[in-house]
Order: sequence, then C-alpha cells, then structure tokens
Amino acid sequence: MNINTTKIISLLFFIFSAFYLYTAYQIQVFAFDENAPFNARTFPIYLGYAGLFFSGLKLILPDLNTIKVDHKNLEYKKTGILILIAIIYGATILKVGYFLTTSLFLFASYYFLGERRWILMFLLSFPFVAAFMYLLHGILDIYLRDPFLQSIGVMG
Amino acid sequence: MIEGILIGLTTALTFQNILMVMVGCFFGTIIGMLPGLGPMTAIALMIPITYGFDPATGLILMAGVYYGAVFGGSTSSILLNAPGVPGTVATSFDGYPMAQQGKAGKALAIAAWSSFAGGTLSAIYLLFMAPSLSKVSLSFRSPDYFALMILGLTAIAAFSSKGQFLKAMMMVVLGLMLASVGQDSLSDITRFTFDNMNLTDGISFVLVVMATFAMSEALTIILKRNDPTSAAKQVSLTELGSIKINKEERTKMYKTIPRSSVIGFLIGVLPGAGATIASFLAYGMERNVVSDEEKEKFGKGSVNGLSAPETANNAACSGSFVPMLTLGIPGSGTTAVMLGALLGFGVQPGPRLYMTNPEIFWSIIMSMYIGMVILLILNLPLIPYIARILAVPKNYLIPLILFFSVTGIYVMSFNNFDIYLMIGIAVVATFLRLYDFPMPPLILAFVLGGLMEENLRRSLLLSNGSWEFLWDRTLTACILATTILIVVWHIYKTFKRKN
Repeated sequence: MNINTTKIISLLFFIFSAFYLYTAYQIQVFAFDENAPFNARTFPIYLGYAGLFFSGLKLILPDLNTIKVDHKNLEYKKTGILILIAIIYGATILKVGYFLTTSLFLFASYYFLGERRWILMFLLSFPFVAAFMYLLHGILDIYLRDPFLQSIGVMG
Repeated sequence: MIEGILIGLTTALTFQNILMVMVGCFFGTIIGMLPGLGPMTAIALMIPITYGFDPATGLILMAGVYYGAVFGGSTSSILLNAPGVPGTVATSFDGYPMAQQGKAGKALAIAAWSSFAGGTLSAIYLLFMAPSLSKVSLSFRSPDYFALMILGLTAIAAFSSKGQFLKAMMMVVLGLMLASVGQDSLSDITRFTFDNMNLTDGISFVLVVMATFAMSEALTIILKRNDPTSAAKQVSLTELGSIKINKEERTKMYKTIPRSSVIGFLIGVLPGAGATIASFLAYGMERNVVSDEEKEKFGKGSVNGLSAPETANNAACSGSFVPMLTLGIPGSGTTAVMLGALLGFGVQPGPRLYMTNPEIFWSIIMSMYIGMVILLILNLPLIPYIARILAVPKNYLIPLILFFSVTGIYVMSFNNFDIYLMIGIAVVATFLRLYDFPMPPLILAFVLGGLMEENLRRSLLLSNGSWEFLWDRTLTACILATTILIVVWHIYKTFKRKN
C-alpha cells in the first residue's frame, strides 16, 4: 500500500469516525427509550459505522488516480495571514462593532495581499462598509450590532 | 393551475421581485464568469441579503443568481475556453472555435438564445410536471423518502466525484455527522455538543455553506495562486463582433433546441445529475443525430454543437427544481443551498408546498421565465461591461468574499464562536479540496441529515425495528434498486477505466 496524503486523510477520517462512534454510544437516552427500535443514538451509530466503512475502504483499496499537490507552489504565508486576520476580525467584531472591525479587516487584507493603491484600498473598505451597512440596516431592516457607532451616536 | 400561474405572476411581477431577478441575474453572471467560483458560492454570498426579504423574494433572488451564474460560465467558456462552471464545459467545444473565427458575438447570441429557449421550454415542462408530481408524491411514505434520500446522496456522490466515489461518500458521511450535532429533534437530547452551549441548536446551515464554498474557495484561490479575474480582464478586451443570427443558423437551432431541452430537463430532475451531465449528453446526442456534413463541423464551431449543451444546461437548472419543490429533496448542491435557505425562512418544501405556500411555488416558476428574458435582453449586450466590472484584482475580490461570509454569519447569530467555527471548517475544507474531496455531497448530506433521520425513525418505529421496510413497498424497493444500480455502474466504470 502506497502512503500518500489521501491515505493519511482517510486514516484521520477513520480515527474521527471511531471517535464519533464512541461518542455516539455515550449519548444518554431516556430510560424508556433505551430499548426502543430508534432513539437519539441510533442514527449517529449508523453514521459512525458508515464513516469507518468508507474510510476503511479508501485506506485498503489502491488509489487509481493519486492526487499530487506541489506544496512548493502553494502560498501558505498569505493564506495563513489571511486566516489570522479573519480570526482577529471574529474576536473583535462583537466588542468593537461591525463598521470599524470590518473596514479594518478589509483594509488589512488588501494590504497583506500586496495591494498598495491607498485611495482605492480606503474606498473599498470604510465607505464600502458604510454603504453596505446602510443597505442591510437602513434599507433591508436587518439588525446590525455596533457598539462603536452607538457610542458616538451614529446608530440608534 | 391557471389560478396558480396567476398567483405566481402577481408575486413575480411586483417591482421588488423583478428588481431581484435583475440583480440576481447580474450578480450571478459576474460570479459565473470567474473560473472557480460557481453558482453555489454566488448563492451562498446572497444569503445575508435575503434575510431582509420574504421567502418568495429571497428565493427569486437566488434563482436569478443561479441562471446568471450559468450564463456567465458560458461567456468565459466561449470567449476564453475557460468555463466558469462545470456545466458549461461542453459549450466551449464549439463556442470557443467560433469565437476564434471572429464570431464571438454570434456565438454568445446563439448561446443566449439557446439558454433562453431551453430555460423557457423547461419552465413550461416544470409548470405542468410539478403540480402532478406534487400530487403523486403525496402518496410517498417515510420509507420512500428515506430511500429517495439515499438515492440522492449516492447519485450526487457518483456524479460529482470525478471518479473519486469513496471520497465523495466520505464527504456525505461527514455532512450527515455535522448535521447530527445539537438537539435531537424528537427527544431534545443534546448530541456531540461537548457541553458547549453554542452547539445546542446545532451547526447553522449558512455557516457550513459559507465555510465550505465561499470562504474555502477564496482561501483556495490564494493558496493555489490562481487569478480568476484575469479571465474577466481578457473578456473585457475581446471584440465581440455582430450578434445577429442568420436564417440558416436559426433553422439549425429550431431542431436542436426541443430535443436538447427534453434531455436537459429529464437529467436535471434526476437527483445528483445536473447541468454538467445534461450538457455532455445533449452534445453527444446532437452529434449522433445530425447529418454527416454537420457532424464534421463539430468541434470546429458548429451551431448545433453550441446550441445543444447550452439548451440542456439551462433546462437542467429548471429540472433540478422539480425534486426540491415537489419532494423537498434537492437534486443538486445548488438547490440544496436553496432548500437550506427556504428552511431558514421557516418554509418546508415538499408535496404540500404548492398547497400551503402557492405564492412561493408559482412565483419561483414564473420568475424563472422572467429571469430568462432578463438574461437575454440585459446581460447579452452588457457582457463586455460586466467583464470590465470584474477586472478587479483578486487582492480586492478575495477579502470581499471573506467579508460577505463573515457578515452572513454575524447578522445571523452575533456570536464569535460561529465565526471561529466557520473559519475552522473553511480551513479543513480548503485542505480537503486540495486533494479532490468534493464539497457538494457534504452540503446535500448536511441539508438532508435531519430529514433522513426523521424518516428512518418513523420507518423503523412503524416496522418495530425491522429493516424490512426497505423492500416491503414496491416503490421503496425500486428506488433502492436504482441506488444499487448507480453504485454497480460506478464500480464497473472505475474498473473499466483501470483496465
């Protein structure tokens, strides 16, 4: 058996399915439901076995068309930075508010992706988010929580 | 039915809904022209906007996006030989050679008229077929539904996996596992929440769609150093030439369109098949039925060769609405996203939809037709200008996709946990995409997970825990036999390819 990344993913899925199955068996059901033909743990148990079955088959059977990924050509750095910015965005959006964090997120993302046209970067962040907020909050009446804009009196 | 059509027309022809079809078609065309970003991403990105509308308007907007995306995909197929969506690959076989001969405008016009005719005819088929099928499907029982869901999941795994059936089935199981998180619908017992309150209500459908499509596609573009906007830049520079179709070409199209629309519609109705298979089948069939002289032109700019797949892929789009509207079971990843959105609105599609919410049922059907007209009269002449809008660098496009994804989750839950969970799922999905693990089966399974468990529960309880319900009814047995046939055919095909 050739070890490749697809096989490793299948192995991880096999382990995940085994853990899922174990957790499914631990689901507490009501006493009167324990021996019922179907209770809260029945479907998850079937799913756990299905996961073991398909990932097991993928592990055992030979790969007919192996996927080769050239990791040297992948842009890990920029992708990692973008994910990090998104995490910071997620962490601050509730406390700081939608407008400021979203605008800063967009501005920072443009910058880290290599953009240096400052005016365009600004236009596609702060005014763009303001316009989008107006569309959602002002026109479509979708509530947007923004403590920052509320504190300066822009939003009610 | 006349009353229904009138209800649909009244709803679809309001100013707001016509505007939504136009916006949807326009936005869909933009996204569809970007190779790598398909209709599912386009629809997912629209979900936050639909929160502000009633279900009919929301769905009309999404249907417009769907058609627009398929039309946009045809444009980049014809002009650049770079299909924006898989359903338009066959379009490039004759569309691109025609464009190279300096007839780009004509090729686009043939594609647009064929799409229009295919969409119109299939909307008419849908008009007649959906109510009858709704009535038939009222006789469906839980075992039939359960079997139908198994068929749908197996079919989408077989057809969308590009020869990687086991990978697709693993994604199906993963989708069902994700759907099982949270409270059990009947007993309210929490499952797989690990004492985290945020998971009690389960994982949101919008979160999974945004993570596995919009966000993960954006991350994949950066990771693989792709530039989807470069195609649009080239389109904006292309000289289209005349868009007039002469009498001889029209005569050829008159023959091709009816037969291709029937193939497209029927393939679209089948769970999991969709526009890609429909367009290839129609292309193949057209090649077999035309004269030897015309056959020679295939691959070199044949009118029939361009018209057939374009008619079929649009007809398949309408066809894929049939199982969703009548059975509540989506036939494709894209309609799965729409089904999820409908469930979010509190509307349960299925055989009773057309009785309980006739305005939704009929307005979708009517808006399909309006969408086709709009694509023809607005988008065709606007292609070079739309492409100019698209020629923004990916440095702007990617953050904007991420922004739409996070906004979609934020306005839904106002919860940090959901944003982290979305980023986590998106990272895993990006990695899985690198190794060709398909995402549409995961979405379909996630949407169907709850319904599948419910129908299995009812079936098992009614049969006292016995699995005999799978072959007790002829209909259930037939559906399961079809599922087995698909699996056997797929295994046979794989072995044939290996040898």
